[in-house]
Amino acid sequence: MPSLDALPLAASASNLLAAREQMAFTLAFHIVLSCLGVALPAMILIANYVGLKRGDEAAMELARRWSKAMAVTFAVGAVTGTVLSFEFGLLWPHFMDRFGSAFGIAFAIEGLFFFTEAIFLAIYIYGWKRLSGWAHWWSGVPMVVTGIGGAFSVVAANAWMNQPQGFTLDAAGKVVDTNPGQILFNPATGYEVPHMILAAYMVVGFLVASIYAAGMLKGRRDRLHRLGLLIPLTIACIATPVQLFVGDTAAREVADNQPAKFAGMECVQKTGTHQTEYVGGVCTSDGVKGAIPIPDLDSFLVGFHADTKVVGLQNIPVDERPPANTMLHLAFDGMVGIGSALLLLGAWLAFAWWRRRDIPATPWFLRIVAISGAGAILALWMGWIVTEVGRQPWIVQGYMRTSEAVTDAKGIWFSFGLVLVLYAAIGTIAILVLRGMSRRWREGRAEPEGTPYAPPAEVGA
Amino acid sequence: MTRADVCAGILWVGATFYALFGGADFGAGFWDLVAGGAERGERPRALIQRSLTPVWEANHVWLIFILVVLWTAFPPAFSAVMTTLYVPIALAAVGIVLRGSGFAFRKSLVGLAGRRAAGATFAISSLLTPFFMGAVVGAVASGNVPAEGNGAPFSSWLEPLPLLTGAMFVASGAYLSAVFLIGDARRSGDQELAGYFARRALAAAALAGVAAAFGLIELHAEARYIFDRLIDQGLPLVILSALCGAGVLAILLSAAGRWGMRAPGLLRPLSAGAVIAVIWGWGIAQFPYLLPTSLKITQAAAPPDTLASVIIVFIAAAILVLPALGLLYWLSQRELLNE
Repeated sequence: MPSLDALPLAASASNLLAAREQMAFTLAFHIVLSCLGVALPAMILIANYVGLKRGDEAAMELARRWSKAMAVTFAVGAVTGTVLSFEFGLLWPHFMDRFGSAFGIAFAIEGLFFFTEAIFLAIYIYGWKRLSGWAHWWSGVPMVVTGIGGAFSVVAANAWMNQPQGFTLDAAGKVVDTNPGQILFNPATGYEVPHMILAAYMVVGFLVASIYAAGMLKGRRDRLHRLGLLIPLTIACIATPVQLFVGDTAAREVADNQPAKFAGMECVQKTGTHQTEYVGGVCTSDGVKGAIPIPDLDSFLVGFHADTKVVGLQNIPVDERPPANTMLHLAFDGMVGIGSALLLLGAWLAFAWWRRRDIPATPWFLRIVAISGAGAILALWMGWIVTEVGRQPWIVQGYMRTSEAVTDAKGIWFSFGLVLVLYAAIGTIAILVLRGMSRRWREGRAEPEGTPYAPPAEVGA
Repeated sequence: MTRADVCAGILWVGATFYALFGGADFGAGFWDLVAGGAERGERPRALIQRSLTPVWEANHVWLIFILVVLWTAFPPAFSAVMTTLYVPIALAAVGIVLRGSGFAFRKSLVGLAGRRAAGATFAISSLLTPFFMGAVVGAVASGNVPAEGNGAPFSSWLEPLPLLTGAMFVASGAYLSAVFLIGDARRSGDQELAGYFARRALAAAALAGVAAAFGLIELHAEARYIFDRLIDQGLPLVILSALCGAGVLAILLSAAGRWGMRAPGLLRPLSAGAVIAVIWGWGIAQFPYLLPTSLKITQAAAPPDTLASVIIVFIAAAILVLPALGLLYWLSQRELLNE
């Protein structure tokens, strides 16, 4: 069928942009679900533990509800994660061809963790009725361990793209030798992995807490809502200060090892000491416009001294500078800003708890908690924008350009459009399904029975 | 045996597990699709849902396992397949998304209309996904994927052999699933439903057999390398598969209608054996090529330490994952896992 093969499904000249947009969109969608896969099991097990240990029925009910919600989010996460595996080949075949033997090792390990997580997740989620209390609790413990292990593996693979090492190239640029230890434990693994695991705990903690804060604002002040707010919020508030420390370290490492990314996200134009830190603003080739300038702070943050030299974009070859500097800069500032605001929120909670053993009495506290989940997700996305857009034009820093990696296949704009529609539908239905579950729980109505679609008379009952 | 051969073997082990368990899950979706209206299809659908719910995600992970082993141990083969067969692969990926989310949503929706829509999405994509996966495998077997990639995006798989392979994937999944569901129905004490799936297992077995027969004819015409080795080195496995298939048919025919009396303990192993023998027969027939006849296993192989990592991960999986998977099946078969 040569006529079909010749179909001009889309101009391949714009493949790079379409492929990058599709990858970014599918990653952004999936990363929220992976956070739930990484961190929600721990919160469920804490609630379950409290329930078992103290005979606390509200805590048990929370664990049951969260586990039912996780059944939905894990299913959607599993399939959207599979899409990403396909996309490595469908969008970036030349990257996989050249570096799959190095990049893939971390994913092989991830497969192991994900497999184990899927198995124990199923045992835990569907074991509520027939497994005994503590046996059931222990069946959930592997989910927590494998969630962290899986996050380690995937983020180690991404870290390797930022600081590739552990391979030997021949004259033709083919990988002829690998050192799996160096690939897994590349210099960026040390800060990227904890940064992401903490981010997962923050996102899930604030997200779950925000749901119960919204409920409390509507006057639902029972023990279930209180615990539903406090368990995840406490975890998130403990993770936040650690996260700011890890993130600060990460930024310094980026300044050392990926100066182009750092210059892009901080809008540093000229190399030099005594660099001004710009908060907000628009990046232009002659400096940042409309920002709040703080003299010397950028240099100080990089080297704890105003005399620290920071590389500027003008010292980086034009074709190696990251694109979209304003977006990068605002994404970085936005992430740090939200992280700092969440830190203050945690301090507020800690203060109130220290004084009165209670959450702050003002509704403003609940209002802020109610938006903290969205804020944490936003910060998560902005962090990944900094990591990924900041690494451009490289897919493997210093070794392979994203433009060399992209597929020659036709129709990428078409597939991006399809993915947009498909994911929008799935995302909307997932939220509707979760809201429907929560409404049913609130109204004390029965769960839908096992029958997929019974005749209308029975369904309406 | 080189490390590369071991990794190719690991790939085949993954494909075997996916074909058996993932394939059966797709087949269950197929039976869900053809179960009829809400009233008539209620009981088979309820059984399918009970059987699938705790295990389908774990079964799905074999696909990720295959992808990861392929791109890590044999990157050029992964890239060649992806740049040539991106149309059926993308369609299969869409099918995977629709199927998983459709299944998860169906359980949690309340209204009949929503459940029907989610259920139809799940069931239709359970038919299309294995079809496109089969087309991909058939196109590889036909030798339509050049080692350097960028083969013809449509004519590489819109050919009789890939399309027949797609049909064979659908039919054998439906067959495996019906056989598995016979046991599930018997265990839940529903003899009538066991008979229902026994009749369907027979029909699917016949269809899979017809597709396989036409597939052999096309193999002779389009994939001579594989055909010649299949009836030579692969012959014992072809015979084994035929014998297993015949055994399944004999049990189904002799026991049809009186499931209360006989315990068809051999049914599952025999039906699985028929599929396993075909997969390994194909592997032997294709050896030493990953992409017949343009890319050999050794040519596509990653550096030795990468291959060693894949082998170590596989050993770890055999020690950690397989017992856990066994536990999941054991609990699920004892009906200890439900909603």
